[in-house]
Amino acid sequence: MAFGHLLELEDVRTELSLAEGTLRAVDGVSFTVDAGETLGIVGESGSGKSITALSIMRLLPPSGRIVEGRIKFKDRVLSDLSEDEMEGIRGTEMAMIFQDPMTSLNPVYRTGWQVGEPLRIHRRAGAADAIRAAVDLFKQVGIPDARSRVHQFPHMFSGGMRQRAMIAMGLSMSPSLLIADEPTTALDVTIQAQILELLRTLNREYGTATILITHNLGVVAGMCDRVIVMYAGRIVEEGRTDDVFSHPEHPYTWSLLRSIPRLDAEAHELLKPIEGSPPDMIHLPPGCKFQPRCPFAVERCGPEEPSLFQVREQLARCWVTQAGAELDA
Amino acid sequence: MPEPLVEVRGLKTWFPVRSGAISRVAGYVRAVDGVDLTINEGETLGLVGESGCGKSTLGRSILRLVEPTSGEVYFRGKNILRLRRGGMRRMRREMAIIFQDPFASLDPRQTVGGILGEALDIHRLAPGGRRRKERIAELLDLVGLSSDLAGRYPHEFSGGQRQRVGIARALAVEPSFIVCDEPISALDVSIQAQIINLLEQLQEKLHLTYLFIAHDLSVVKHISNRIAVMYVGKVVEIAPSGDLYRRPQHPYTGSLLSAIPIPDPRLERRRERIILKGDVASPLNPPSGCRFRTRCFKAQPRCAESEPPLDALNLGGHRAACYFPLGQRPTA
Repeated sequence: MAFGHLLELEDVRTELSLAEGTLRAVDGVSFTVDAGETLGIVGESGSGKSITALSIMRLLPPSGRIVEGRIKFKDRVLSDLSEDEMEGIRGTEMAMIFQDPMTSLNPVYRTGWQVGEPLRIHRRAGAADAIRAAVDLFKQVGIPDARSRVHQFPHMFSGGMRQRAMIAMGLSMSPSLLIADEPTTALDVTIQAQILELLRTLNREYGTATILITHNLGVVAGMCDRVIVMYAGRIVEEGRTDDVFSHPEHPYTWSLLRSIPRLDAEAHELLKPIEGSPPDMIHLPPGCKFQPRCPFAVERCGPEEPSLFQVREQLARCWVTQAGAELDA
Repeated sequence: MPEPLVEVRGLKTWFPVRSGAISRVAGYVRAVDGVDLTINEGETLGLVGESGCGKSTLGRSILRLVEPTSGEVYFRGKNILRLRRGGMRRMRREMAIIFQDPFASLDPRQTVGGILGEALDIHRLAPGGRRRKERIAELLDLVGLSSDLAGRYPHEFSGGQRQRVGIARALAVEPSFIVCDEPISALDVSIQAQIINLLEQLQEKLHLTYLFIAHDLSVVKHISNRIAVMYVGKVVEIAPSGDLYRRPQHPYTGSLLSAIPIPDPRLERRRERIILKGDVASPLNPPSGCRFRTRCFKAQPRCAESEPPLDALNLGGHRAACYFPLGQRPTA
């Protein structure tokens, strides 16, 4: 146990049945998370990053189903657990915070009551004890006037305060894994900076392992030890954040980094956009899924899908960079 | 010397807040609360600020899509707030807007050709079937769409293509001034650069002047010649883009810049961050004096006593509404 990974995904495939057809939202995803580390998952809408998180939490929508693969958390295979056992893990050992704190708090209950709920359910804490704990949690996440704030309803909180309350709820049972799905996307930048600073502090002080899901490459650069880049339900690149940003080995990562304007850019030059549109997940091309938009595609990329190769320091799903790295070696 | 195209003087747009059974006016949301601004011919003026700061309302007030409460808006020297219906209608040909959400701003029951044709018909710009059709094809071509797509409906387009249609519609009246209101924030990251480049190419080709409104300072800095920063209904700093980034003077601008993540892990690790306390002040009941003072790390008693004017710090093209500006501190 001491030497195993905290979380381990092995070849996970998750399907969504929609009116238009069935799509593989997550297709063969494997990765690990160790205690105390922060892993970033980046990708655009539809890349499968959120469905990956919901698969881990077993919180998929009714249309979703894990069709293959294995998810191990603290050496337990999550799919083997009953719903009751899973309920016991969720919120206590792994917690998730969502993008939109406006809709994920219940408007008719006081915030302190909601934040103390995991304690009442999992630890059978009494109402007064749960509220006292909520006050402490509010203080921990930097909500001012915690004592009176716990008695307020969510609508009396600003967006940033609601996200803090959500984080407080996520932390109430001191989970070993926190999954944050676009936790700052709905917030303004100065509030985003506050929340990211809070997540950094929590990781440092309590050693909470964090999976941070975002489309913002800047957020990943400032927060994560390692990063996974997803495209069309697949991991296309994985490695240490420093390596992936300084020498991306998948053309999608490379193109993405060149297409966004940087605040610290010196002279004005035209951006280099990624041509074409994000993939249609129901009608994916054979071969490499990025090939139709890829500036480096060779003949082989059309018919044959590459696997995730070791390319220099990281992993990349690309024939071209893999061949290049082999030549170098 | 750059020629001013749009001049905004003392502009206020307040929205009444009603309450009670007889809908008594209980107060005003001071969305735009005394703004002076000049937009020069051919330039892109960026307007940044956080949600609720009034930047969209300011953009719409300049076009009179929202009726301002008081103040003046001059377009080529003419106060458009004084114009009556006919005069305003003629003036509308000069100005256009591109909206954030290309999903919500296009009529789903009209073909793209119909949407573009409507703008032409209102101003009788291409009378006659053939000229109308040619002009629609020309507009689609301008924004990089095939003219074969004129018969399609908005739902058949991707987000990026829909925004191209939104841009074509804005161009239909041959405007000289376009308000771009968060034109890329609803788009996928990989599509955003396509639209930014298109806007830049069109500006050069058609000699357009832009007011570019966005919350993402990296994008605004990229596209703008000058940037105005808004906070709770006021412009607190205005400067050429590079200057604003290198030498921000208002503490709010400084914290805004330091809060923007840069996609470079090594740089991020050694960056100094100014983490603000608290939340944005309410435009319903803004604090006395400087509106930022409740969150400011440099606030002094004086900041509560009187409101600093935009030229409290005046370095020529760079002005800031602050009594205790940041000075020559380098950033990032």
